[in-house]
Amino acid sequence: MEKNDLIVHLENITFSYPGCKPILEKLNLRFFKKERIGLMGPNGSGKTTLFHIIMGLLKPSAGKIEIFNTPAESETDFRNVREKIGLLFQDADDQLFSPTVLEDVAFGPLNLGKTKDDAMKIARNTLSFLGLNDFENRITYKLSGGEKRLVSLATVLAMEPEALLLDEPTNGLDDKTRLTLKRVLSNLDLSFIIISHDIDFLHEITDSIYTLEKGKILFDQEVHVHQHIHAHPHGAYTHEHK
Amino acid sequence: MFEEPSHKESILLHLDPRIKRVVVFSFSIVVAILNRIPVLLCALIFALLFVLTAKVSIKELIKRLTPVNMLVGFLWLFLPFTFPGKPLFYLGSLSVTYEGVLYATKISIKSNAIMLMMIVLVATTSIFTLGHSMHALRIPQKIVHLFFFTYRYIHVMKREYVRLVNSMKIRGFKAKTNLHTYKTFAYMIGMILVRSFDRAQRVHNAMLCRGFKGNLYSLKTFSIKKRDMVSLVLVIVIIIVLGVLEWKKTI
Repeated sequence: MEKNDLIVHLENITFSYPGCKPILEKLNLRFFKKERIGLMGPNGSGKTTLFHIIMGLLKPSAGKIEIFNTPAESETDFRNVREKIGLLFQDADDQLFSPTVLEDVAFGPLNLGKTKDDAMKIARNTLSFLGLNDFENRITYKLSGGEKRLVSLATVLAMEPEALLLDEPTNGLDDKTRLTLKRVLSNLDLSFIIISHDIDFLHEITDSIYTLEKGKILFDQEVHVHQHIHAHPHGAYTHEHK
Repeated sequence: MFEEPSHKESILLHLDPRIKRVVVFSFSIVVAILNRIPVLLCALIFALLFVLTAKVSIKELIKRLTPVNMLVGFLWLFLPFTFPGKPLFYLGSLSVTYEGVLYATKISIKSNAIMLMMIVLVATTSIFTLGHSMHALRIPQKIVHLFFFTYRYIHVMKREYVRLVNSMKIRGFKAKTNLHTYKTFAYMIGMILVRSFDRAQRVHNAMLCRGFKGNLYSLKTFSIKKRDMVSLVLVIVIIIVLGVLEWKKTI
């Protein structure tokens, strides 16, 4: 792939939390346009930390970050990064802070300097793209877990990013919401990295799966189609396959 | 504790929230400085009329007035005995002064009248309309943000609190008067504080990721209608009359 298509380029990134051993050590990552990457790894292996470093929320102690071929170091650099890369947080309650859904989804576009009317239009379009048409006046804290996740995704998509970082998006979702999420993500013309422990989900929507272990990324896990025999959650009754 | 009151259909429901805010604010200030019981009673009646118009249920009223009047009750325990003045009667060796009783009465009427108006305000305006009206009245952004975030995250905090209490309960915790109980409660409060701090950090990060630069924008626009102007003028006139009655000592 060409250099121009590089979205994120991390070189020798080292990061440690105060008083701990380095959680990321000389980590390298190249994330290109059109790529759909799944990222797995044990708990506490630094997956979320990696996302936060890409977004400039955490500063690595060593290493080089280049985003869209421009070095990113200062807060100003990362402000531009955040306009182009969207991050979906693990806990939707962190992401949704406005009283109503519409206000929350419009928050990003307004920050990007859109007018009130444009922001509302973008927010409504994004909501309807996710099948959340009647949600605009719902109170955010009264939404169910799955609804919160989808609305959070809407708040990120409303910024019209070029790439997405999704931090355990399927965590705690029921099968229906999981399917909606899968449909939405496969229909998006966006590059993304997904952190997940849900290997089936990653197989279905990503092209390659990386593993983060001992502070480094292992790239050797190509996605192979293979068969499993396992307990089917819907085995007891007739159901649809998608 | 965190429930919003039900919004019943009334004229007050449709008034511009800014008007309501200004009215309640000026009413509170005037009532707080009124000093004569007849005028204060007028103010109380005036507030009660508003409560009737807003159709606030008795249950709701009692629920919200109880905390204020508990505080006022404490004042009644002390003020009549400690306020210097001529004695009204004696309780054992303690004298109850006329001035003390009068003072306590004034405080009771004042606090109840102001509280009634506040109840009317929240009973006829949704919380986030209130927040936006603050914004529209050019109240400093920081205060408006504080208001919104409190409203949004108090539920999250409450859920975290309930989670901790439940996890204590399922492991057989019973509150008693001993060190173990105090320690457990201290841990719990500490845990809630630490978690709220972490939560605040994460929310701020999430906002940064969506391009937050220190401004919150309001999508709501308000428009003043004739009805709003008429009510504003009417109520302001009544408030001024209250002030004049106090000043001129006509009643």
